[in-house]
Amino acid sequence: MDAAKSSGAGMVTATATLVCDRARAVASRVVDPEIPVLSIAELGILRDVRLDGHRVVATITPTYSGCPAMRQIEDDLRSALGAAGFDEVDVVTEHEPPWSSEWITPEGRQKLAGFGIAPPGGEIVCPRCRAGSPRVVSRFGSTACKALMACRSCGEPFDHFKKF
Amino acid sequence: MSETILSTAPQGAPDSDPSNPVQALIAHADDNLIVAQRLGEWISRAPELEEDIAVGNIALDYLGVARALYTHAGQLEGNGRSEDDFAMRRPEREFLNVLLVEQPNGDFSHTMVRGLFFDAYQVELWADLSGTEDTTLAGIAGRALKEARYHLLHTSSWVIRLGDGTDESHSRAQTAVDALWRYTAELFEHATSGYRDIWEKVVGEVLDEARLQIPDDPYQRTGGRRGFHSEHLGPLLAEMQWMQRSHPGLEW
Repeated sequence: MDAAKSSGAGMVTATATLVCDRARAVASRVVDPEIPVLSIAELGILRDVRLDGHRVVATITPTYSGCPAMRQIEDDLRSALGAAGFDEVDVVTEHEPPWSSEWITPEGRQKLAGFGIAPPGGEIVCPRCRAGSPRVVSRFGSTACKALMACRSCGEPFDHFKKF
Repeated sequence: MSETILSTAPQGAPDSDPSNPVQALIAHADDNLIVAQRLGEWISRAPELEEDIAVGNIALDYLGVARALYTHAGQLEGNGRSEDDFAMRRPEREFLNVLLVEQPNGDFSHTMVRGLFFDAYQVELWADLSGTEDTTLAGIAGRALKEARYHLLHTSSWVIRLGDGTDESHSRAQTAVDALWRYTAELFEHATSGYRDIWEKVVGEVLDEARLQIPDDPYQRTGGRRGFHSEHLGPLLAEMQWMQRSHPGLEW
């Protein structure tokens, strides 16, 4: 009797884990609306996905205080999870600890460079010709997280994702 | 009926107790909201395109800090007030921002000097609050600290460039320092003296490099933290809150 009970409970737990894994996979594929080659998981914005009964609770963290994409990301998470059959979704914003550009995954950094944005940390090289020591055109770029640089070798301007 | 919508708190002198954590959050949020609104006035009018983008970016950071602080204040207070209630539905007397941030933009050097004074203060404030026991506030402060350092880098480099520039830019920057210095004591009204000393050292080094003088006049104005504002806040709020005042509860 006891054995049957515990194996039943084990099955419930296993199912819950599968469902949670699926929700996490769906949430992880949501992309940043301003850098659409990167997912919010690769950016380190998606902190946690868990189940609370039938509800999916996704925890995100803002990059910059003024990042206007946060609301969009929240909406995108709801619609992606909704399309995958998760009708009840809570998106929680957590501030502590604050996001750091070090949370961007190695794959995320490669994708940034491939997209023409020099990733944060380390030497800043031109994403086109790989030359170093670019000129800073503007400390503030097209989004809060980027600065505008120009290559001294090939002359091309490019975005740099700031170390933060 | 309309009065209950227009004001979410009782009329009269606001309760301005700096040791009250909700009041302190509102005061810091107000600083950031008002300076963001001021900076927004530069958009499409800044001296160059990069600067237009820079002031817009900086204003967005301030606005984001204000929103996070208002939301947190509303949660701590527990009366269901939202960030919009704080920003859009309070009258002037309930705003607790320092007088410095509501001062008009003036010319570009004026805005950069105001930014230098404010950013140097915010770097100290956020460094202090990032270690607080309130973990939500600590997280907001930790992120704001990195942003404030970047803002300070920007404003101080402009103050140096303008102060140590042409005769014209120097004289304009000095006029700005003379006009705004009187609003700096208020930044440290509720802080221990050590904070002002650190601030004066940071700001003093920038002003030295910019060949700018701190005015001799010891006169200082305060009152913002108690809801007593200069004549400049009212028109700013009138413009910012116009939509909610004309169409209470409007969403879009």
